[in-house]
Amino acid sequence: MSAIDIEQNNQVLTAADGTPLRTALARATRRAKWRAFGLVLPLLLFVIVTFAVPIGQMLVNSFHNTAFSDNMPTLSAYLSENDISGVPDEAAFEALVTDLRLARENKTIGKVATRMNYEFSGSRSQFTGAARKAKKLEPPYKEALIKLDKDWEDPLLWNIMKRAANPVGASFYLAALDMEYDETGSIVRVPEKSRVYVPLFIRTLLLSGLIAGICLILAFPVAHLLATLPLRYSNLLMIFVLLPFWTSLLVRTTSWITLLQSQGVFNDLLVASGVINDDGRFQLMYNQAGTIIAMTHILLPFMVLPMYSVMKTIPPTYVRAARSLGASSWTAFWKVYFPQTIPGIGAGILLVFILAVGYYITPALVGGSSGQLISNEIARHMLSSLNWSLAAALGSVLLFIIILLYWLYDRLIGIDNMKLG
Amino acid sequence: MKFKLLLTSTAVSAAMFATAANAGELTIVSWGGAYTVSQTEAYYKPWMAATGHKINSVDDANPATPIKAQVEAGNVSIDVADIEYSDAVRYCDEGLLEEIDASVLPAAPDGTPAVDDFIEGAITDCAVANIVWSTVFAYDASKISGDAPSSLADFYDTEKFPGKRGMRKSAKANLEMALIADGVAPEDVYATLETDEGVAQALAKMGSIKDDIVWWEAGAQAPQLLADGEVAMTTAYNGRIFGAAVGEGKPFEIVWDGQILDFDLYAIPKGAPNKELAMEFIKFATSTEPLAAQASWISYGPARASSSALVGKYKDGETDMAPHMPTAPDNMKTALVNNFEFWADRQDELDEQFSAWLLSN
Amino acid sequence: MAKLPAYTTTGERIWHYTYLLICVLIFLFLIAPILVIIPLSFNAENYFSFTKEMLSFDPEGYSLRHYDRILTHGMANPDIPRDSVWWKDAWANAQWIHAAKNSVIIGVLATILATLLGTVAALGLSRPEMPFRRLIMGLLISPMIVPLIITATGLFFFYSKTGLAHTFPGIIMAHATLGIPFVIITVTATLVGFDHSLTRAALNLGASPVTVFREITLPLILPGVISGALFAFVTSFDEVVVVLFVAAYDQQTIPRQMWNGIREQISPTILAVATILVIFSIILLTTVELLRRRSERLRGISPA
Repeated sequence: MSAIDIEQNNQVLTAADGTPLRTALARATRRAKWRAFGLVLPLLLFVIVTFAVPIGQMLVNSFHNTAFSDNMPTLSAYLSENDISGVPDEAAFEALVTDLRLARENKTIGKVATRMNYEFSGSRSQFTGAARKAKKLEPPYKEALIKLDKDWEDPLLWNIMKRAANPVGASFYLAALDMEYDETGSIVRVPEKSRVYVPLFIRTLLLSGLIAGICLILAFPVAHLLATLPLRYSNLLMIFVLLPFWTSLLVRTTSWITLLQSQGVFNDLLVASGVINDDGRFQLMYNQAGTIIAMTHILLPFMVLPMYSVMKTIPPTYVRAARSLGASSWTAFWKVYFPQTIPGIGAGILLVFILAVGYYITPALVGGSSGQLISNEIARHMLSSLNWSLAAALGSVLLFIIILLYWLYDRLIGIDNMKLG
Repeated sequence: MKFKLLLTSTAVSAAMFATAANAGELTIVSWGGAYTVSQTEAYYKPWMAATGHKINSVDDANPATPIKAQVEAGNVSIDVADIEYSDAVRYCDEGLLEEIDASVLPAAPDGTPAVDDFIEGAITDCAVANIVWSTVFAYDASKISGDAPSSLADFYDTEKFPGKRGMRKSAKANLEMALIADGVAPEDVYATLETDEGVAQALAKMGSIKDDIVWWEAGAQAPQLLADGEVAMTTAYNGRIFGAAVGEGKPFEIVWDGQILDFDLYAIPKGAPNKELAMEFIKFATSTEPLAAQASWISYGPARASSSALVGKYKDGETDMAPHMPTAPDNMKTALVNNFEFWADRQDELDEQFSAWLLSN
Repeated sequence: MAKLPAYTTTGERIWHYTYLLICVLIFLFLIAPILVIIPLSFNAENYFSFTKEMLSFDPEGYSLRHYDRILTHGMANPDIPRDSVWWKDAWANAQWIHAAKNSVIIGVLATILATLLGTVAALGLSRPEMPFRRLIMGLLISPMIVPLIITATGLFFFYSKTGLAHTFPGIIMAHATLGIPFVIITVTATLVGFDHSLTRAALNLGASPVTVFREITLPLILPGVISGALFAFVTSFDEVVVVLFVAAYDQQTIPRQMWNGIREQISPTILAVATILVIFSIILLTTVELLRRRSERLRGISPA
């Protein structure tokens, strides 16, 4: 009886103020959640406004391009209403000529021609030329245009126009992955002599991984030394890590050229000291070695500092305790010290890898033929070929790959103990 | 005489403008370094002195860079930009530049209308050339004993002239030079490049010395490579090699055979804040005398025939500039003028093929 | 590492010295380009190479012309006698000085903004109860991933609509956005080993959340915050592309000034600028360290 009483009384555990414990706990968790979220919120809003929205608008370019559909309205309407395959008949050509005249008048023919030239090399002058003469063309327009340029009866060109008539499409993503539509509209890889982007993506990722690895190996002993030395020494040594950091990318890159080129300081010293003879100078610049050395140097502080700030928080007593409990110095390091440094390593690798993927100026200046990386191509399409859609597609693919790698890294290496995300 | 007249008339019209809206301000973007200096001395200072307007001179690694974003965002801050030919054509196609009516450009002192006075191709729909520059190859004379290289074929002959070769990491100019070195006549070069076989031939020629090529990216790297002895010969912009040879006493020699001529042009971004004033400036800067004056500061040729006769001495007061101009008759014998139509049509494709070729080793 | 404990074996001793040697070599690698820059900035020639005169320590091979150019470039009247008028002209008109002022203003303000927002957010992100942690983290570090040129163009469009283009607040906000991922990553990494019972204890003892942060959390995560702030500052201090798009013509910064004219010539003036920055930062860092030691002495703490 009394036991049942107790059970009944305690059926609902209550907190000090009388609310049921379960509710109180839920409320506390909720409040904690909101408090955590509240801390992140200002930054989140800031980044959404100053970054996510503007970048989102740019990346939309990758699948949305109105250069053709806006400036060739009649033909675009015709192409999307009629299901044509191959070269169409006179009606389509009539619409084409109407639009060419219009575009010539509005001075928008250049936009159309440039848009078509992205996918059909040489069609720029074909379009501008036809537009210039469009006013004087007489029906039947099909024959008249083909007489001007026989590319007008190329089914591939019409397929491209049909797709361009719809502002939304995946053709820039295909181009970013070295693929294209063939005459029949199925997706094929581009000819081998034009495959650029996939090899560049692979090279960029491999090179960045390698550089992150080298940085890790070089940064660990330095960060460890800095973290274990008394402050009065470590702070002075820290200057060595920070100095290169203040120095402009351009200055450091040129300085590495002076140091490492075959007629440079390093080779001169080796020759002067008799280690190698004059013909045996090392080629350390204008090739992959140059890229790796210069990039490693530039990114090393991004590995050292996060590792240092994590190692600094590890109490030295842990290793001493392990030693006094009989662990060998290696066991004490590997089982006790190293696991605690993993958050720093994780942060460092993340920083260096991502930064390496984006750096292209240094490889371009010192890397010779192997210095071409994917960001070069993105910059080229943004600035010189003005193909923003392709640049946005390449950028989106890059963003997607990195987020995917980040997610994998999070899953596989167990970021749970790194708590990076 | 006519030039003086023109100057006064510009000054008068500028003065009228000034009374209407005070002195104007122009933002002009150029390439920096010795190049901006030459323009400041030859164009900006005289124009400011004559008209009372102010020029904000801005330097950029490539002045064309921000134009597309500025025009499409409707927030243009650049009034005049000094840009390269291929950019002038592309940006014009995309409707990013104001069209320029060539008939308003001042005539030559002898009365020749501007369209006839300018070198062929120097006026496009949206831009007016101020200088002619060229891609040449150069070598360090102190490092070569015996016969000096004299033709593009020598540039590709690594047995006769051992040593590395510097080249700009781009398809443009390299493909043309490779074909000329391979025996294609300059006038047939672009017809050959139109075909897949022609491109393959050019790439094969470059492939024959691929291991000996040091690729450079920024124009400044070429003379540095020569000065350090990293390369025996390199392609380069002629003005920079001249500056090193004459201005700094380096033993560099230019070989003009197969030089590729190109223009730098003035253009006005669409929606520029001071469009009319910008046009006034371009009319002044690309008139006969200022163009000739620029040549005393840098060895790029004036884009007008009438200026050539007025080209004087280098700023050191000793060197005659005329023979150092890419447009000098002796240098023009085997020169090739960059075919902008060809490159506007084919650059995307050829750049891709070039990148793929670079990757394949 | 001060002294090896008595129980060190011979093998460990050898390893210890090898380890020190390795560290010295890595430091040498880090500092090597700087060692090259300093003598080259006194080069009498306009190139980045050691001339014969320089190697034989002939005074002819050295000059201060590149330093002179830092001051004279852009001045209205560089050729008049160097009196107070000349120096005023330099301070007002010299392009490098102008660029340095801009760089410092933009860098410092962007760093403060990024560090404040980033540290607070990292505190929230490192709490286990934080909802959508992964997603938000991914979003916050993406400014580091998206190619700069795309970011810069997108920002310019956005700023043009909001009137921030060609203004200092615009550049500062843009640079802060670029610096934030660094702060987030380094601070969250330091917070992993953070013992949350410390803050709970302090709260229990009646401290306000702000006091807890100031007295407990901040001192413990300070190394991470400082690293993050340094990264953010350096990102801003060496950034060209965003400045190119967003800044007005009179808002040139040091790195932009360095890249100008690269089609014609890379002037060794940039080496002189770099040397000055190096000397400046050595003085700054040494002063900070001396001040730290002094305050340690004053507070009677035995030197750490």
